[in-house]
Amino acid sequence: MTDQPTAVRPPDTEPDATSKRPRVRGPRTDHSPARDFKPGFIAKLVLMALVNAFGLYGILAAAGVESWGIVAFLVIALIAANYVYFARRAVPMKYLVPGLAFLLVYQIFTMFYTGYIAFTNYGDGHILDKQGAISAIELQTEKRVEGSATYPLTVLSGDDGLAFAIVRDGEALVGDIDTPLEPVDDVTIEGSKVTEVPGYDVLNFGQIAQRQAEVTTMRVAFSEDLGGGSLRTQDASNGYVYAPTLNYDEATDTFTNLETGTVYTPDDRGNFVSADGERLTPGWKVSVGFENFTKMFTDSRISGAFLQIAAWTFAFAFLSVATTFVLGLALALVFNDPRIRGRKVYRALMILPYAFPGFLAALVWKGMLNERFGFINEVIFRGADIGWLNDPWLAKLAVLGVNLWLGFPYMFLICTGALQAIPNDVIESSKLDGAGPFRIVSKIIFPLLLVSVAPLLISSFAFNFNNFTLIYMLTGGGPNFPGSPLIIGSTDLLISMVYSVAFESGVKQYGLAAAVSILIFIFVGFISWLGFRRTRQLEEL
Amino acid sequence: MATAPTQLSRSTGEAVEYRGDAPKGARWWREIGWRHIVGVVTIIYCALPLLYVLSAALNPGGTLTGSNDLFKTISLENFQRLFETDFGYWAVNSLVICTVTAIGTVLMGGAAAYAFSRFRFRGRHASLTTLLLIQMFPQMLAVVAIFLVLLSLKDVFPILGVNSQIGLIMVYLGGALGVNTFLMYGFFNTVPREIDEAAKIDGASHAQIFWTIILRLVAPILAVVGLLSFVGTYGEFIIAKTVLQSTEKLTLAVGLYQWASDERNAPWGQFAAGAVLSAIPVILLFLFLQKYIVSGLTAGSVKG
Repeated sequence: MTDQPTAVRPPDTEPDATSKRPRVRGPRTDHSPARDFKPGFIAKLVLMALVNAFGLYGILAAAGVESWGIVAFLVIALIAANYVYFARRAVPMKYLVPGLAFLLVYQIFTMFYTGYIAFTNYGDGHILDKQGAISAIELQTEKRVEGSATYPLTVLSGDDGLAFAIVRDGEALVGDIDTPLEPVDDVTIEGSKVTEVPGYDVLNFGQIAQRQAEVTTMRVAFSEDLGGGSLRTQDASNGYVYAPTLNYDEATDTFTNLETGTVYTPDDRGNFVSADGERLTPGWKVSVGFENFTKMFTDSRISGAFLQIAAWTFAFAFLSVATTFVLGLALALVFNDPRIRGRKVYRALMILPYAFPGFLAALVWKGMLNERFGFINEVIFRGADIGWLNDPWLAKLAVLGVNLWLGFPYMFLICTGALQAIPNDVIESSKLDGAGPFRIVSKIIFPLLLVSVAPLLISSFAFNFNNFTLIYMLTGGGPNFPGSPLIIGSTDLLISMVYSVAFESGVKQYGLAAAVSILIFIFVGFISWLGFRRTRQLEEL
Repeated sequence: MATAPTQLSRSTGEAVEYRGDAPKGARWWREIGWRHIVGVVTIIYCALPLLYVLSAALNPGGTLTGSNDLFKTISLENFQRLFETDFGYWAVNSLVICTVTAIGTVLMGGAAAYAFSRFRFRGRHASLTTLLLIQMFPQMLAVVAIFLVLLSLKDVFPILGVNSQIGLIMVYLGGALGVNTFLMYGFFNTVPREIDEAAKIDGASHAQIFWTIILRLVAPILAVVGLLSFVGTYGEFIIAKTVLQSTEKLTLAVGLYQWASDERNAPWGQFAAGAVLSAIPVILLFLFLQKYIVSGLTAGSVKG
């Protein structure tokens, strides 16, 4: 670094495209790090080597499982990373790339993916693609072929787990779950049975009894072709031929039942359906347009519950902010008098609920509000049985009450800060003009306070709008709506409804859950837009 | 000139605790005394659940009913029993996951804030605006998609897939840039550019300026962002519950939830002891963070 010895020229803070200076430097002053090894450069080399190794491994592995999307992403990401870190231009990108990579995958991509899922019927029964669904149907409908041959069977144990050996036409065949039956040499056959196979141990009765479930559910294919049927056993000594009862015909894209002759054709819902409406499961994932969205408003079993939950979500977020703000502001006003002794002690203790982790608070309150054994009913209400968490309205009250406990110290803190920022002379002069305490608070303090606190109130609203932890831990969304096909209840917020629909309502409906998420995105976006308009944060960039 | 009197009045109010003309008797009650009553009532309201959980943790009986007589019996039996459970795993998991996430968040957020604050490049304004937009949407809204992405990642990188703590950390790091870059960007802008320009004249590279000069000058904001990230991750529940599955891999939030929601066995005393232990680090961090919260430095970051 000797080319700027006394540096009279201004440092190059804005590397714009017109300035060619860095690139016309002579070879003597070219400080390419590759010619000048420093610890920093070596660290970069090692890190990039690790990143490349990881990426290349990923490309191979993803190609192995045919996840072409992941392959494409990794190739592009690797090229970009190597360009950014080894080219000498793109300096800002060197600092942005790590964060951007994570942001792209785990936030931006997942957002768009949510949007995609919302328009599909992704969920239990529609997880696979069509090819996967066809194989699954063929596997599931295998039945023993009537009148087919019975093969004397031996159960073997090899390096890859259990295997079956049979004798067919005097020839020994061995196969396991992954490899179809194949002829094997050097096999000892006694009577009609295989008794020894190189590389395998023959299981005796005791060993078979121990692994009975494994043996009786095992399926060894006769050939690579899925439709070729399989060998199974019930008693571990006789093997039977199983073949699919449904035959898939690629030319017509239909399944035909070999016994009854019924033809199943694919419908636009991702299922094979017969003429009289019988459905084959599993189905596959298809696009269903806006159905997930319209379902929330028109499906009579869901719409009532959904609208109630949406209304409660807004009510909860608004009331949470309102109650915590009112209590926090009131306390801040009460304690904003320097003549009170021990103000600091009061403040420190009042912050405790805020400092206590929110999830623990919700769980502790859940115990205290227990109908039969809880502290509130037993000690404060002298043994009354009040169903705080079991009555729809009391549960709502309890949720708000607990959130008040959790949230008012935050409001107290920010209101105290804002109060102290209000100039004293404004209040003094209004006192001189004859304003009473109530007028001072409502006409002077409150408007001034709101200016600085309003953005925080909006972000608090947005936070409570998605306060999953509190609801899930305190009430689990309950008490549940009776008769709803989803496990949702009267204290559920939209976000906890998403979770329940996706993971806890018996049949997983990722599509519907993603559609509810999209609605939350829209609501939250609108709320934040209101916030931005107030703070004009965008203009300060 | 609005700020000068503000600071003046604040400093006199805080430091001197001026109460020279404190009234006496009935007037004292009317003007000051009732405030103490409000204060005591509020503190009882604040402290009762905390005392309750502390008492339940010290009560060897360990049932909900038995916990209602506060501090009737005191023993450390529940705490001793914690060591026979998975609590130790959960605590270590939480500490490791939160620490790694906090460090990663600070480094990536700091690097991004450095780029935005010190370089002028094409797309800078657009990227900042995009980040601001993304920041509005909490990551958990995409929880279903995150789960499905990790499910398919499991086939490629088992270590990043479902039921992996590293996978969970990666998800958390995905939210790092969106949440904290602005907080840091504002602070980075307050460090005078003349400092890095002087270093540049002396021959420092952009990397040297970043690692040895800027990062040191912005250390306070790094500490705040790191602590906020730690506390936020510590209490994060929905994504952790979706991603982690085996008992010994859970975080404290998910593990303790399982204990408290176990209606049949209800290891209440055990839960209470675990709750007391897991609350301590966060309470300490918060007491430390308090002054930043009041000063509005963390404006916009809300904790439940």
